[in-house]
Amino acid sequence: MRTRERWTFLAAGVLLVVVLPALNALPQGSSLRVSDFTLNLFGKYLTYAILALGIDLIWGYAGVLSLGHGVFFGLGAYAMGMHLMLEIGAKGVYQNVLPDFMVWNRVTELPLFWRPFNSALFTLVAVVVVPGIVAAVFGFLTFRSRIRGVYFSIITQALALCAWLTFNRNAMNLGGTNGLSGFKTMFGFPLHEAGTQRGLYVATALCLCGAYLLCRWIVRSPAGRVLVAIRDSETRVLFCGYSPAAFKLFVFTVSAALAGVAGALYVGQVGIITPAKIGVLPSIEMIIWVAVGGRGTLIGPVVGAFGVNWLQSLLTTHYPDLWILVLGGMFVAVVLFVPDGIVGTAQKLMARFGGARAADPAPQPPTPHPSPLPKGEREVTP
Amino acid sequence: MRLGQATGHVPKEGLATRVFIRLLLALALLPGLTAPAAAQGAASLPAPEIVKAIAEVASNDAAVQEAAAVALGKTGDRTLLPLLEALREGSVYVRSLPGGKQETVIVGDKVNEGDKTLVPLFTAYGREPIRSADGKPLLADLSMLQEVPTGRSLRLVLRPLIDAFSGTTQLADPDWTVRQAAAVKMGNGGDAGALPTLTDALAKEKDRWVRYAIEEAIALIQLKSGSSAERVNAATRLGALGSGDALDRLREFANAADAPPALRQAAADAVKRVERWSLLTQTIQVMFQGVSLSSILLLMALGLAIIFGLMGVINMAHGELMALGAYATYVTQGWFQGHAPGFFGYYFLVALPLSFLVAGTAGFALERGVIRFLYGRPLETLLLTWGISLMIQQGLRLWFGAANVDVISPTWLSGGVPVMVGIQLPYNRLFIIGLATVAVAGMYLLLFKTDAGLRVRAVTQNRGMAACLGVRSRRVDALTFALGAGLAGIAGCALTQIGNVGPELGQNYIVDSFMVVVTGGVGKLLGTILAALGIGGLNKIIEPGLGAVFGKVAILVVVILFIQRRPSGLFAAKGRYADS
Repeated sequence: MRTRERWTFLAAGVLLVVVLPALNALPQGSSLRVSDFTLNLFGKYLTYAILALGIDLIWGYAGVLSLGHGVFFGLGAYAMGMHLMLEIGAKGVYQNVLPDFMVWNRVTELPLFWRPFNSALFTLVAVVVVPGIVAAVFGFLTFRSRIRGVYFSIITQALALCAWLTFNRNAMNLGGTNGLSGFKTMFGFPLHEAGTQRGLYVATALCLCGAYLLCRWIVRSPAGRVLVAIRDSETRVLFCGYSPAAFKLFVFTVSAALAGVAGALYVGQVGIITPAKIGVLPSIEMIIWVAVGGRGTLIGPVVGAFGVNWLQSLLTTHYPDLWILVLGGMFVAVVLFVPDGIVGTAQKLMARFGGARAADPAPQPPTPHPSPLPKGEREVTP
Repeated sequence: MRLGQATGHVPKEGLATRVFIRLLLALALLPGLTAPAAAQGAASLPAPEIVKAIAEVASNDAAVQEAAAVALGKTGDRTLLPLLEALREGSVYVRSLPGGKQETVIVGDKVNEGDKTLVPLFTAYGREPIRSADGKPLLADLSMLQEVPTGRSLRLVLRPLIDAFSGTTQLADPDWTVRQAAAVKMGNGGDAGALPTLTDALAKEKDRWVRYAIEEAIALIQLKSGSSAERVNAATRLGALGSGDALDRLREFANAADAPPALRQAAADAVKRVERWSLLTQTIQVMFQGVSLSSILLLMALGLAIIFGLMGVINMAHGELMALGAYATYVTQGWFQGHAPGFFGYYFLVALPLSFLVAGTAGFALERGVIRFLYGRPLETLLLTWGISLMIQQGLRLWFGAANVDVISPTWLSGGVPVMVGIQLPYNRLFIIGLATVAVAGMYLLLFKTDAGLRVRAVTQNRGMAACLGVRSRRVDALTFALGAGLAGIAGCALTQIGNVGPELGQNYIVDSFMVVVTGGVGKLLGTILAALGIGGLNKIIEPGLGAVFGKVAILVVVILFIQRRPSGLFAAKGRYADS
């Protein structure tokens, strides 16, 4: 890392991982204290930031727009949620070893696919692997046959719709519309205690730092260069002897795994996961975080996830009717006026006014016009 | 004939008169309601045997009374219905006339005056008010009248008689659906007393579907309560009729050990025939539903496909443009209700072009306002149109409310046409199939038979070259987008006739129609049609087995597997422009 970037990363990391939790640990009444609520909210945003990083990897760098990332987020969240449900044990409302909703649905025996989730280790693996496998299979089928561009987006959107429909079914034994909730402990620690939440927050922040480093490593590696090349002209990459499908499949899988981790951390802090989190709308909302923050940069998605969700919290509390309008307007405004997002635009401005020092050749902001044709013209896309 | 006598008081021609009589009858049925004076015209003097029976019905001898009631019922004279009903209610009395004669009367609601209880009197025949010399309704002291006893057995006799009257009335209804429903009800009731009525009705009935219902009802009744030979006959006929209603009972007979062998055989044969018939009807039913869903998908996908072909972009706001069309229909309907209720039936004819205009204008504004800046950036356009869709959706929610609004179908679109036994095709579905066909034909003519269509195809194939050759591609873009949006509006207008109208209207079908476009390929009319038929049909074939949810999942899997083979849809663009 270059010196300046390293210092920025360290400063942000220390602020998120050490300073905020430390301020939260201050005694009640201290003027500097960060409230439990705020810390929890930050923790939620951090999970979104991990998710956004994954989306940026596949969209910002490889140019593949997935409208189904809610599914991978949901798979991770449900995997963790299932373990947490089983951890409740017989302390539920019905005093039954089975989760309450199963008792309610007259399920007498734990379904087979629930059983492995008794193990914490299996759950931790599943959180990463299950979304990864689903993405790998789905990606294999789609990328192999060179489904790309709009086609891929639409297919992933259909995936989100199908997943939403499926998870809503009571027959799936995943809690139906109500999802999974009412968790009591996580790996033995009581979830309602501030200490556990603080720990979870720190874990989330560390995961975000880890995800950032992982993504940075990927995009700086030769493979990352190929990804950018695929984004700019897939056909040319193909003719150069690379297999775009393999690269895309790899990065799609990593992206889904990151989404899964984000989902798992989300469940612990928010305490509920429902199918409403994995449908078409939430999946496309995730895209706007990345677009607002700036795709093709690694800071952008983090900034976007924080900014958009903070705005959402603010608006839904004070002007609930306005939020959807603002969200829609954000899509329009970002696409039309700031295609590079906040961070991308800032970087461009710095490059123009800040001289050579700020010019960082490595993570190139996406070209708004990948087409070599003059403005207003277009390539004929399938 | 009994029914003949009944209608003897009703001119055979003249629907209005019949309706009028029915109205009068309905009024007369209301207890305590004075029949209007006009009813006097309908009730002429009764025949002597009726007069005798009316007198006998008041007898203290239960047997005589019952025989008289049956005789009255058998006349089929509807003027006597009030008397039978009054008998059942126990409001028939006998009064002594000055000449020592006795008269059977019906009494109305009691009025207390001092310590006396007064009741208005009505004639037994026709339930007309009996008037005193000065023309005022006659009030009699209840204690001066002699009550006609109504025992349990008389009530039991009366019930089928009264039911037969109402059945007879309904079987003579001018509306064929009422006649059909009456026949079905009588058949399911299985009361042997209804047989003569049904036979009469059958002789006069001309509508084949009502005839069918009556025949089925007769056979059902005979199967239930006929003699052994009649049952065999009935079972065979039910088999020939393909009667689904009779299936359970036929099965019973086919499996009953104590039934005569001939009946068992006939019932078993009939079951086989009915089952074969119902398999056929079900297949046709599924096919029709498939075609119906396909035509809905086609209507929605058509506009989407044109825009997709032109710009390589899925217009995510398509569903909301449909919602705009649907709300335009809703507003039109409201206007007709408020300003021209007399022409309410025609509102839909106005709403159809109006919804095209509303959605088309919105589409035009959208293209001119924002989308034209984004040509060549399909993913960005996709996000932008999604943003627009959210804003339109929320706008509709704020303006019209989040709840669904009611759109009333015009009468000519409700109901259906029966085509086969057990199959009725709803008019609204047929209308949508017709609309989709017209829309496709119109698009074909527009795209392939006009100069404008030639330009659109030129721009779709090669924008740069078309522009070089003098096609004003920008104008083509805007107008084509408006056309696609207008088609969405028409689809939305059509959807009001079969589903809920709410701000989320567009979301329900939109992913399906995306799949149609993706499967069909870019800008190919034929591809879109085939994909719509395929996905719609497959959906309805899979659905019964897997349920709606897993049916959708299965469709996604099929589509993914399908585009493994054909990544750019059914009909991919070929040649040097096929790939970027």
